[in-house]
Amino acid sequence: MEHSIILRMNNIVKDFNGVKALDGVSLEVTRGQVHGICGENGAGKSTLMKVLSGVYPAGSFDGSIEFEDHEVAYKSINDSEHDGIVIIHQELALSPYLSIAENIFLGNENATRGVIDWNKTNREAALLLARVGLNENPATKILELGVGKQQLVEIAKALSKRVKLLILDEPTAALNDEDSTHLLGLIDHLRTQGITCIIISHKLKEIKRIADTVTVIRDGKTIETIDMAGPDATEAHIIRAMVGRDLNNLFPPREPAVGQEVLRVENWTVHHPVDVARKVVDGASFTVNAGEIVGFAGLMGAGRTELAMSLFGRSYGTNISGQVFKDGTEIQMRTVGEAIEHGFAYATEDRKRYGLNLIGDITVNVSAAALAKLAKYGVIDRHREYKVADSYRQKMNIKAPSVTSITGKLSGGNQQKVVLSKWIFSGPDVLILDEPTRGIDVGAKYEIYGIINELAAQGKAVIVISSELPELIGICDRIYAISEGKLTGEVAKADASQETLMHYMTAGKD
Amino acid sequence: MTTTTPASKAPTEPPVKRRIPKLSINLRQYGIVAALAVIVILFQILTDGRLLLPGNVNNLIQQNAYVLILAIGMVIVIIAGHIDLSVGSVVALVGAVAAISMNNWGLPWWGAVLVSLLVGAVVGAWQGYWVAFVGIPAFIVTLAGMLIFRGLTLVLLTGGTISGLPAEFTAIGAGWLPSYLGELGGRDVLTLALGILTAVALIVFQLRTRATLARLDLPREPLASMWIKNGIAAIAIVWFAWLLSDYSGTPIILIVLAALILIYNFVLNRTVFGRHVYAMGGNLFAAVMSGVKTKWVNFYIFVNMGVLAGLAGVVSTARAGGAVASAGQNYELDAIAAVFIGGAAVQGGVGTVVGAVVGGLVMGVLNMGLSILSVDAAWQMTIKGLVLLLAVAFDIFNKRRAGGR
Repeated sequence: MEHSIILRMNNIVKDFNGVKALDGVSLEVTRGQVHGICGENGAGKSTLMKVLSGVYPAGSFDGSIEFEDHEVAYKSINDSEHDGIVIIHQELALSPYLSIAENIFLGNENATRGVIDWNKTNREAALLLARVGLNENPATKILELGVGKQQLVEIAKALSKRVKLLILDEPTAALNDEDSTHLLGLIDHLRTQGITCIIISHKLKEIKRIADTVTVIRDGKTIETIDMAGPDATEAHIIRAMVGRDLNNLFPPREPAVGQEVLRVENWTVHHPVDVARKVVDGASFTVNAGEIVGFAGLMGAGRTELAMSLFGRSYGTNISGQVFKDGTEIQMRTVGEAIEHGFAYATEDRKRYGLNLIGDITVNVSAAALAKLAKYGVIDRHREYKVADSYRQKMNIKAPSVTSITGKLSGGNQQKVVLSKWIFSGPDVLILDEPTRGIDVGAKYEIYGIINELAAQGKAVIVISSELPELIGICDRIYAISEGKLTGEVAKADASQETLMHYMTAGKD
Repeated sequence: MTTTTPASKAPTEPPVKRRIPKLSINLRQYGIVAALAVIVILFQILTDGRLLLPGNVNNLIQQNAYVLILAIGMVIVIIAGHIDLSVGSVVALVGAVAAISMNNWGLPWWGAVLVSLLVGAVVGAWQGYWVAFVGIPAFIVTLAGMLIFRGLTLVLLTGGTISGLPAEFTAIGAGWLPSYLGELGGRDVLTLALGILTAVALIVFQLRTRATLARLDLPREPLASMWIKNGIAAIAIVWFAWLLSDYSGTPIILIVLAALILIYNFVLNRTVFGRHVYAMGGNLFAAVMSGVKTKWVNFYIFVNMGVLAGLAGVVSTARAGGAVASAGQNYELDAIAAVFIGGAAVQGGVGTVVGAVVGGLVMGVLNMGLSILSVDAAWQMTIKGLVLLLAVAFDIFNKRRAGGR
């Protein structure tokens, strides 16, 4: 493997109406290496990749790009793909009703005079699937695959285009541990075949495991390029470069003051909405006290989100049975409205789908769950609404020019803060936070933990659902483990370790 | 799009940034008003000044009242992410019922109006039930409604027409307020007074809103821009009244329209119901998970559309002086076009009452201008189609530029 430079991006500057997203970024990628790019949300990573792949055409930015020793000026994605640069976005771009084979060759069909050769297509697709280690029939429809397998189809599609430089934007953000491990193994394998790879990730463990070199970007500038075989290759070092300061402690300190029982759930059972015979949550019983932060740990598909959503006004599932007691009295929550009235709040794991009106501004999102508080006879006091939203913008440190900013244009961390503001403003006694820090950078995570701590300090009962065990161990007083719809263990903070939790989370599985 | 803005520190200073989003939104709002002004001026020139003759201005209102009324209901339907293809048929059905109720059952004119609105409400509840509670897409439900209600109209009228409606009834669509205040130099004083009153009320209202914003220390529009905007609007209103006063005075339907615009603008901007409509159009799932009773909101949206379609039926029957089975044909398309020209988004969540009304006026002015120029009806249709397409294309282009992607 020769160690030449395959890609050079020199001093890239890109601005949007005077706001600089990239302010002189330079990047050198060595052929045959895996090159990690780290940076907080909004640091400019995705913008940089869009500049490289021609989404932002040559001429709309300053600086130069050299690929395989030639200066290039891509006008569109087609141009960059022609040269063998393929980008796989965080949100996968597959057509759900088409088959794997059709998707792989979409836009690049094996056709003579417009007529597709299906035998050739399926045969080649099968070869590509074997290369990425996906054991599926090429005729399977995409909607039948999980996210992890879809990711592999995307990579197979990239391979079909004779990719030289593969760019993966947060490839494991939506994957469970097993799928993530498989994907990283695949990237390793592609490296041995001489395919260069750029990987953007928040997960520093992954970066550490897979990358040969890491470039850190902050505020649209290249901060540092780290050789991962060298002495600087530590998570602490990368974090410091990303946030520009030391994060000695990932979790803010807290003195728990746990009070009376607020929520008690007994024998909660939920059936799957379509596959009605299947129990998604099976006889779950648990309690949460005032001022307590209780974690729910479980692998993907264990039933964590389903448990939370079925409690919250039966927004998920059928044939729901079981009892819910709040402050000792049994309550019924048949609709989301009733759940909110009973002082429940559920901040979703999927903020873009279930959490925010992305074309609405910050004010309408903050007030959405508690409009009644701002209205008299059905008429909204919009001045007060503005004031409320603005107070949350300041309190929660939402980085936006004003509360009339459209939420769809905020970064993930700031969007999450808008979701939290909305539920805090609804004045709940029980807050269920589902993956509150998913897809959020290190600095914003710390802020969100601070907010969660404050909610607990105010005496609210807080439930945190998370895939990240260190996070649960770091902020929770007590953690329930859930596996295949059953609560399999309850661990106090003092006894919590990743190993114990993982033991319970995989209980009942082989 | 190479903007070579100097590398100033501007973005970090909040006052500068705060104005950017506001301005760009306002520009889009003005875009459609500016387009209306351009079209008016264009046809005023092309027709040698005939477009804005008092009689034509009067007809513009009376002829297009039904589109504007339907567009007000339709914009709400469209913001919520639906569509209503049945309103033209509902107009015909309501017209038939109104005519029968007066000529056969002997109801007074106001009784006929009440029955009409009731029929509209029932139709709306019928469609709302299927959309909201059964979950059939509005496109299908109202496509079926288009056939059902046209069919029922044919049944009621058995193919014939009913004419000879009472004068009080036809006045709703084709009459004027009586000249209570007399005339001055051949002009209706009441009309002039109403015009001046409206203009003054507009300015006073704006100044009061501004004072409230100042008291609460909320961001406000620059003073100059407020004066220019409302000054132009006030002058336009008075000038409009001036023209009408020279013809037959204030059309009754203009008063109805003004009331509808005020009421529905308030409903969409200030009420919880209006906010829920926008929230559902912006992200239905997020609205559900925020406790919005989406089914009921959908139901009421269609009931409301039905009532307004009923009113449009009254107005167009009154204007025509009789009920025919073929009434209201293509009205749904006129209303939908008006809403989209007025800046609403196909995927929902975006749109305003004022935009929809201005969009309706754009179509109306086009109709009238082309008719004065004696352009062939076939070409009129072609031109209107192109205008709809260009208006939406312009809007998309604008959004793309504003969004930077």
